[in-house]
Amino acid sequence: MTAHTFIDGAPETGPATTPLKPGTGPGDTAAAGQWRLIWYKFSRNRLALVSGWVILFFCFVGLFAEFLAPSVPDASRPQFTNAPPQQLGLFVTGPDGSSRFQLHVTGYAMQVDPASLRRTYVADPDQVVPVGLFVPGAPYRMWGLFDTNIHLLGPLSPGDTMYLLGTDRLGRDLLTRLVYGTRISMSIGLVGVCISLLLGVVLGAVSGFYGGVVDTVIQRIIEVISSMPTIPLWLGLAAAIPLSWSPLTVYFVITLIVSLFGWTGLAREVRGRFFALRGEDFVTAAKLDGSSERRVIFRHILPSLTSHILAVVTLALPTMIVAETALSFLGIGLKAPIVSWGVLLQEAQNVRTIANAPWQLVWPAGAVVLTVLAYNFLGDGLRDAADPYES
Amino acid sequence: MLAPAASATTTTAKDGDVVLSVENLSLDFRLRTEVLHAARDVSFKLRRGKTLCLVGESGSGKSVTARALMRIIDRNGAIAGGRIVLSGEKGDVDIAQLDERSRELLAIRGGRIGLIFQEPMSSLSPVHTIGSQIIEAVRLHTRMDKRRARERTVELLRQVEIPDPEQMVDRYTFEFSGGMRQRAMIAMALAADPEVLIADEPTTALDVTTQAEILDLIKRLQVSRGMAMLLITHDMGVVAEVADEVAVMHFGRIVEFGPVDAIFHDPRHAYTRRLLDSTVKLEQNRRAMTRPETASAPRIVLSARNLTKVYGAARSWFGGAGYAVKAVDDVSFDLHAGENLGIVGESGSGKTTLGRMLLRTVEPTSGTVTFFGDAGPLEVTGLSRRGLRGFHRQVRLVFQDPFASLNPRMTIRDIVGDPLVVTHGLGGKALDRRVSELLELVGLDPAMRERYPHAFSGGQRQRIGIARALALDPKIIIADEATAALDVSIRAQILDLLLDIQKRLGLSFIFISHDISVVRYFCDRVAVMHRGRLVELGPAEQICTAPQQAYTKSLISAVPNPDPRHKRMLHRTRFTS
Repeated sequence: MTAHTFIDGAPETGPATTPLKPGTGPGDTAAAGQWRLIWYKFSRNRLALVSGWVILFFCFVGLFAEFLAPSVPDASRPQFTNAPPQQLGLFVTGPDGSSRFQLHVTGYAMQVDPASLRRTYVADPDQVVPVGLFVPGAPYRMWGLFDTNIHLLGPLSPGDTMYLLGTDRLGRDLLTRLVYGTRISMSIGLVGVCISLLLGVVLGAVSGFYGGVVDTVIQRIIEVISSMPTIPLWLGLAAAIPLSWSPLTVYFVITLIVSLFGWTGLAREVRGRFFALRGEDFVTAAKLDGSSERRVIFRHILPSLTSHILAVVTLALPTMIVAETALSFLGIGLKAPIVSWGVLLQEAQNVRTIANAPWQLVWPAGAVVLTVLAYNFLGDGLRDAADPYES
Repeated sequence: MLAPAASATTTTAKDGDVVLSVENLSLDFRLRTEVLHAARDVSFKLRRGKTLCLVGESGSGKSVTARALMRIIDRNGAIAGGRIVLSGEKGDVDIAQLDERSRELLAIRGGRIGLIFQEPMSSLSPVHTIGSQIIEAVRLHTRMDKRRARERTVELLRQVEIPDPEQMVDRYTFEFSGGMRQRAMIAMALAADPEVLIADEPTTALDVTTQAEILDLIKRLQVSRGMAMLLITHDMGVVAEVADEVAVMHFGRIVEFGPVDAIFHDPRHAYTRRLLDSTVKLEQNRRAMTRPETASAPRIVLSARNLTKVYGAARSWFGGAGYAVKAVDDVSFDLHAGENLGIVGESGSGKTTLGRMLLRTVEPTSGTVTFFGDAGPLEVTGLSRRGLRGFHRQVRLVFQDPFASLNPRMTIRDIVGDPLVVTHGLGGKALDRRVSELLELVGLDPAMRERYPHAFSGGQRQRIGIARALALDPKIIIADEATAALDVSIRAQILDLLLDIQKRLGLSFIFISHDISVVRYFCDRVAVMHRGRLVELGPAEQICTAPQQAYTKSLISAVPNPDPRHKRMLHRTRFTS
């Protein structure tokens, strides 16, 4: 038989821990609300964090499109159609062989094939186009508020060319158009999702909270809507838009159409969460405390859902962007003169472009892919962090 | 520091009976801001045919230690030091050194060491038959063909005393009751004839009578097979019934180790003594001492008459009668002013449904509840939604789970203050003052009111839940398993708190529990429920010491006695119906 052994001394009062970083106590989350805990959890996911910055960058670009673009989207120079991207350089070598700092792009030497009349461009290292920051260029109206002509980056002399991403078939600067397209493509998602959010949360919450007949009716509506084939429906609805409408009106109607079919997933998610939360003890407690149904929903249930809703919305945004791109690509979405990524892609949809001017396809497509990926990673990160209380 | 006697045992020469020896095992878990030393220098030996009980409260590190023996460690954890030596005919193996994915480790897991989990519900697959799961376990560790493995499985099921093993082998998990599942789980753990059996709280999720049967079974199997057993539990009663040796764990250290008799009758460490005191304390009727002497006839505050709840009897669309379950069957009782009425029963006995029907969060199928408040008798079963709100102000509920019943997204001030805001429209300073008062009443520092629930321990959270229940100056509090989720030392504290509050505020309690000792400690009268019926109602002392009904007798006698010199379970009365 073993001997009876024991440890001397008084019992300890807490678990033994060693702080990872000196100076941080375990008690610093005692008064931390859900958003701080979500942030702690979210910020440990590097990929989601980087994606968040990417999204913020695109939003920033869209917000300050006029200023950030080197030109205006409709300025075309017929002599530079399908011109390839120009390289941005930092130092120029003077005639005496000395090197000095000068932001510049190298110019082109253009040749026209006499037989096919096709233009070919050859980079000409001798031709230096000096480029500067905050230079005057094409005039524009900032946010429709005031007129100015200052651009972040542009050629110092207005007659020079600077096509960092090349030009399209009409000789318009692709970078400028991409930047303007960012504004439209990023915001069509936002507007659409806001409408989806409103519909989804309200109908989902009603469905989940009351259950019974209300729930059955709403769920059947959702099923009917999600059973409709979306692309033919979009095609039909878009075709029904009168041609006389301005492109901006068309833009909003398209948003509406896309979002009218996008809310079903969100509504189901919210309903499911409501069902789960309705049975939670703390909700029963709130009811026994005398809270009215409205108070139970808004004070006790919805705050537990906001982080989940945020995650779902983040995951819904890229589908909106892809839907817009798809519609525009099919030629039934946005149309010129409005510039969006989808419009840019639509303009690039022919073999000649892919063979001779691939940049017209690569950059808009790259922007769509990058944004959609970033939104998905961000959404995944948010979803994982949305419930900081699960053990 | 180890007492002198300890160094003597650790240096003793190797003896043949030791199957598994753990030497200075340390486990570290990486958390967000700190490293948690979940186990520190844990050493013990498991001997053939002997049972070591690792006892401790939640957070003591007993479960992670046991799982580390099979190298089942969460991703953020690691073995920081020490050895886990498994001795066998082919020499010793240090499990701590084995590679995570090595064949050797896989052979040991489930092969030489068997594990029984706490939750028989979640540790068996719902989509496979019981048989196929055990057959898989058998074939993983022995070279048997399917037919022989099946025979072996039937044999194992027979050993764990499952009736009709030939038929039961093809049944699914949901066709088994909790106790049967745990038996199947044991059969699976025994599939490969392990030398060591680790049972992690094997009976915590079970009713007392089932617990007694399972413990009986495990003990018999262990003795007949000569296995070494490590039993992890928080229940000193279980320890007293089955242990040979006991290791008491507290915050990652083994604070005391010794033969079961020595631990119970000569505890040396302050923590062991505290643990035993709070267990033994619950063996008496505290209420008998605190009860005020009243000469006048007791006034009734709540009375239930013929309460019945039937689930599922509604006729289906096609007119056929559905399958009905009588959750509560014709229950009547009275609650007197200032009285504590206990309702005990096993899971499925309808006690929780009964409690919910009193509050009408579950609508009774038939029967009446009458509340005798200051404004005269009130027929609760006929109240409108608005009237019910007024009733809920006077009859409050304390929940079982202190984690689920507090909204994690609200501060303590908002949680405790919520009923006051809703009912009295209190705000600002007045609300703050009342919340502080309530927190002080339940023994919490009012300065903590800006914190969120996650900053509190289970016991503290339950105090917060009680403060919320008291906020509206209720007449009756219904406590539904209010101490079931708490550690034994905290349990006694909460019960004392409730008794103290009762003395000050003159409340009546309805205390719903599956735990006989808690009810005996706390209640004046006890109602025993079985399959929806009220079997016996009488003074607590009489129910616990001289029960009249056969079912009550079997229930009381199945409760483990926290004294190894007076084991109760072995000569318990069995109830068959």
